[in-house]
Amino acid sequence: MLSIKNLTVSIEGKEILKNFNLEVKEGEVHAIMGPNGSGKSTLASAIAGREDYDVSEGEIIYKGKNILEMPVEDRAREGIFLGFQYPVEIPGVSMTNFMRTALNEIYKYKGKEPLSAGAFLKLMEEKKELVEIHDKLANRSVNQGFSGGEKKKNEIFQMAMIDPDLAILDETDSGLDIDALRIVANGVNALKRANNSFVVITHYQRLLDYIVPDVVHVLYNGRIVKSGPKELALELEEKGYDWIKNEIAG
Amino acid sequence: MEENESNKIIDEVTQTEYKYGFTSDVEMDMAKIGLTEETVRFISAKKNEPQFMLDFRLKAFEKWKTMKQPEWAHLDIPPIDFQEIIYYAAPKKKKELASLEEVDPELLETFDKLGISLDEQKKLSGVAVDAVFDSVSVKTTFQKTLHEKGIIFCSFSEAVQNHPELVKKYLASVVPIGDNYYAALNSAVFSDGSFCYIPKGVKCPMELSTYFRINTANTGQFERTLIIADEDSYVSYMEGCTAPQRDENQLHAAVVEIVAMKNAEVKYSTVQNWYPGNKEGKGGIYNFVTKRGICKGANAKISWTQVETGSAITWKYPSCILKGDNSVAEFYSVAVTNNHQQADTGSKMIHIGKNTKSTIISKGISAGKSQNSYRGLVQVNKFAENSRNFSQCDSLLLGDKCGAHTFPYIKVENTTAVVEHEATTSKISDDQLFYCNQRGIDMESAIGLIVNGYAKEVLNKLPMEFAVEAQKLLSISLEGSVG
Repeated sequence: MLSIKNLTVSIEGKEILKNFNLEVKEGEVHAIMGPNGSGKSTLASAIAGREDYDVSEGEIIYKGKNILEMPVEDRAREGIFLGFQYPVEIPGVSMTNFMRTALNEIYKYKGKEPLSAGAFLKLMEEKKELVEIHDKLANRSVNQGFSGGEKKKNEIFQMAMIDPDLAILDETDSGLDIDALRIVANGVNALKRANNSFVVITHYQRLLDYIVPDVVHVLYNGRIVKSGPKELALELEEKGYDWIKNEIAG
Repeated sequence: MEENESNKIIDEVTQTEYKYGFTSDVEMDMAKIGLTEETVRFISAKKNEPQFMLDFRLKAFEKWKTMKQPEWAHLDIPPIDFQEIIYYAAPKKKKELASLEEVDPELLETFDKLGISLDEQKKLSGVAVDAVFDSVSVKTTFQKTLHEKGIIFCSFSEAVQNHPELVKKYLASVVPIGDNYYAALNSAVFSDGSFCYIPKGVKCPMELSTYFRINTANTGQFERTLIIADEDSYVSYMEGCTAPQRDENQLHAAVVEIVAMKNAEVKYSTVQNWYPGNKEGKGGIYNFVTKRGICKGANAKISWTQVETGSAITWKYPSCILKGDNSVAEFYSVAVTNNHQQADTGSKMIHIGKNTKSTIISKGISAGKSQNSYRGLVQVNKFAENSRNFSQCDSLLLGDKCGAHTFPYIKVENTTAVVEHEATTSKISDDQLFYCNQRGIDMESAIGLIVNGYAKEVLNKLPMEFAVEAQKLLSISLEGSVG
């Protein structure tokens, strides 16, 4: 699904990821943990293709294709979804209009017929249910006036609507209370298929109580310094990131 | 021999007719270049106007000669030689094209993006339309309905001929001859326009638009519109269209006057999409418009809604005089400037009556190297007890080479008045664009979405059929402005 090789990424001349490597297979859930400033969000942005992130070396292979030259919207249409850490507000643009536009463009790219208005609204209702959004989300402007929890639920809702092949969730759990956390995690679990993959970026272990990863990676200083089974997350929680830092220093 | 003779006569007659008929028409139907008293008399005579109209025009001309072009606007207007303009030319028939293949492909592309039907496209670009699709029959039905209600909706010239008493009574009653330089010019030389009268107690059952006026002649560069809504009446009026409009006349100076009597309501919507010039700022229309309405009686209501995307230079301040007690006035505006366009637009709300209420919502969008200014005056006179105004002026910037400016003037002479002014300036952020892109929405669609969201409050005020087209128009106007 995703194969990142020797990736070096800089922002404004500063190297954030250095010779980064990651291999995610179909049907797998990978968790990426690490202290602040280790490069977690940079990784997410680089995969999504954000402009200010200069890739000086390496490649990102997605479904067998190097996507480094592919514009952001085409990566999205190819099935890469990014759940944002800080979802942005777009005043005056209703969620319905936003999602309709997005789905239409994605379907067009794939050569599929766009959904009829009725089918679209039905899909929206269904997916709202999944993330337990009960209000009239449809008429609200994108993320405007949403609480922190609502914004994150809204990310999962959009993911459910788009049904991507590769979802990268960038600290979707941060700032969530335990109920919201459960809802977000349930949403993710419900969307798991045999042929899609998740990369869950998180600072804390607690999300992984709900979303069980196949592999846990520890990102430190721009590269993965340790990978292991899900128990690694618990170990990290217990010993803290200093344990890793010391291990590297030692 | 006889046959030959008759052929000869026929030849002579037809050729003679051809010769004189044709050439004399050309001579007679165009005024001499420049503006003199003779020009004004020529126009009036040409239109077979009654004496009062000639007097009106001459008075305006005398006034205009004493005036100067205003220079206070935040606009860089190239010098205009008013003696180099032809002030009257009979409506020319547009050159008819055989098929859409002869039309500028760029224009067709825009039509497609606007979702304009093929037949409509043909009509707009001057392609001969199949008789079945000719809208004359639609228009006739339309006129019949209006007639039954006693509504007068016709060209200004027809109104002068058929309803001189109404024209005499209301013409220049809202925008006086000497109101400003361009209004004086328009008063002297206006060629045609629209006239609308809604009788007492009548609610006009459909949106009125010039599209449905029989004899829609090319009204030319000096257009005059007069709308009178008598007591307890209602009308919604639409001007312009979203299709790109080109015109060989660079200078346009229109005047629109609205009179709303007691309990009457007038909604006036405009979509202005005149040719803005090319990307380097060459060409394009200069649009100097005076629009004003008066809420003459108690509880009258006037609302202006405008979507301005065209013209190289826009100078336009649709205004309201709130004379009747409890009268209400609204101004909703979206003004888009891109490339080298300049716009100085806004509104004036003059509160005279008691408990009068006005609202100004202005949304400026600047891109490219354009300059976009809001200029507004809220004036509360001495006896306008408990008057209220709320103004909100927002500017949205795309890129860093454009300018957005706000010039609000507030003049309050009554201590019970409440006047509020809010202003914001924002940019489309990279975060917003990235967010949209990441959901599969490309740059242009993303800008379209964000801009339409920003302008939603105003677009919602447009009549339904206008609103949908206006949304697409906003996106198209900003194409290529980011990235």
